[in-house]
Amino acid sequence: MTIKGKAYIAGIFEHPTRHAPDKSTAQLHAEVAKGAIEDAGLTIDDVDGYFCAGDAPGGAWPMVDYLGFNTRKLRHIDSTETGGCSYIIHIGHAAEAIAAGKCSVALVTLAGKPRTSVMPPRAAGAEVDFEAAYGATTHNAYGMCAMRHMHDYGTTSEQLAWIKVAASHHAQYNPHAMLKDVVTVEDVVNSPMISDPLHRMDCCVVTDGGGALIVTTPEIAKSLKKPMVRLIGHGEAMKGPRGGRDLDLTYSAGVWSGPRAFDEAGVTPQDIKYASIYDSFTITVLMQLEDLGFCKKGEGGKFVADGNLISGVGKLPFNTDGGGLCSNHPVNRGGMTKIIEAVRQLRGEAHPKVQVPNCDLALVHGTGGLLGVRHAASTAVLERV
Amino acid sequence: MSEAKTQDKKYPAPQGNPETQAFWDAAKQGKFLIKRCTACGEAHYFPRSICPFCFSDKTAWEESGGEGEIYTFSLMRKSPTGPYAIGYVKLKEGPAVQTNFVDCDLEKLKIGQKVKVVFKPTDGAPLPFFTPV
Ligand SMILES: [Zn+2]
Repeated sequence: MTIKGKAYIAGIFEHPTRHAPDKSTAQLHAEVAKGAIEDAGLTIDDVDGYFCAGDAPGGAWPMVDYLGFNTRKLRHIDSTETGGCSYIIHIGHAAEAIAAGKCSVALVTLAGKPRTSVMPPRAAGAEVDFEAAYGATTHNAYGMCAMRHMHDYGTTSEQLAWIKVAASHHAQYNPHAMLKDVVTVEDVVNSPMISDPLHRMDCCVVTDGGGALIVTTPEIAKSLKKPMVRLIGHGEAMKGPRGGRDLDLTYSAGVWSGPRAFDEAGVTPQDIKYASIYDSFTITVLMQLEDLGFCKKGEGGKFVADGNLISGVGKLPFNTDGGGLCSNHPVNRGGMTKIIEAVRQLRGEAHPKVQVPNCDLALVHGTGGLLGVRHAASTAVLERV
Repeated sequence: MSEAKTQDKKYPAPQGNPETQAFWDAAKQGKFLIKRCTACGEAHYFPRSICPFCFSDKTAWEESGGEGEIYTFSLMRKSPTGPYAIGYVKLKEGPAVQTNFVDCDLEKLKIGQKVKVVFKPTDGAPLPFFTPV
């Protein structure tokens, strides 16, 4: 059994806002849902599957009621919560459900307001008494990974900075990007240290907003007007300290989710023409590129340097919307926007200055949780038909 | 920022539960416990009743020497409660432990540095931290 070619991403929508003091979180979910459904050329009445994660206020029941689904028709619900990569996992689960005949038009939504509302705390796990007091945050958890990666492989702050530089080159063409200025390696390494060795400009933006997707059957996708983009490989994985044995923070669960997706798709990293790579921090990108096999472990620093991730310049154009580092990281969850930009590239709808010529094969990869503590990863390979 | 030193912070009291109560009772005596599986012989942290490596329920408490070395760390400079250094220690017994480094110049921490456990008070049981030897 495989999901290869059995599901298509037929609708995408990224909310243009980055700051939404005048909207509710549920409202943002509704606006992105409407956007994706209309992008696909469908109606809410066509939707029979719904996917949401921890950002959906109250979870799936209140959202299903609030959004006004046809509940006689809605027959598949999935609220898998794996932080920022939840939505990449969702498209795999949606493909499974579609392949099994459990739904035919699945809607996935993400929205929230980290800038203009209070974010609900994460529920405590079994580790709470043994970790909560030590103040792990995104910044220092990723800082711990970067520190060890530098120690083991000689990775430098300048190499990490190239990732931000590449993102900024792309963001200059995105009218909705939160940060549109092109920056230099010097700008990044001279920005204030937040949590060693990560500088302010190694960190992603914090934005209100959201996005949504429609995943559907080959038959329905064919009947719609958009260029056809299908899922041909998918993987998911988790990693944590697991009792503290063999702790190694220089690799992520991408070492497992990546091969699962590539094997199912029957392609290799060298075949990929565009990659959306989760960019909560510069180190996130570097480690994932290694873990996915775009370069050898420890050689990520060399791989990202000198503009290798800049569209039209380097070998692997990445995050051509400006990514989370410059454009948008809605609700501190970058998985949704990663899928959306990959679909834009495959449709030929990216900005002309960053559109990859004849882009027919793209990769989406994300993580959720804290890379330096415990996290999930998901990889998807998408193809234009 | 070279003056970044450990500050006297108020830490949350552990809530405890039946599975981990022995750890906190020992902490009150200044002892740092880990768990070891008598089926596979592996030590682990934080403590579980069932071994995370072989899934045996034959796990036993063991007092750790509380010594190890810094595996990694990050000095968090932007915090409303002042700078702090989070990291992992690899204990001599094997397991890695998430912690904060205290009672030292945080600017001088290094991967591989030898450290030992120290307990800091809370309103309940004390919490384990690590400081350079
Ligand atoms: Zn065991």
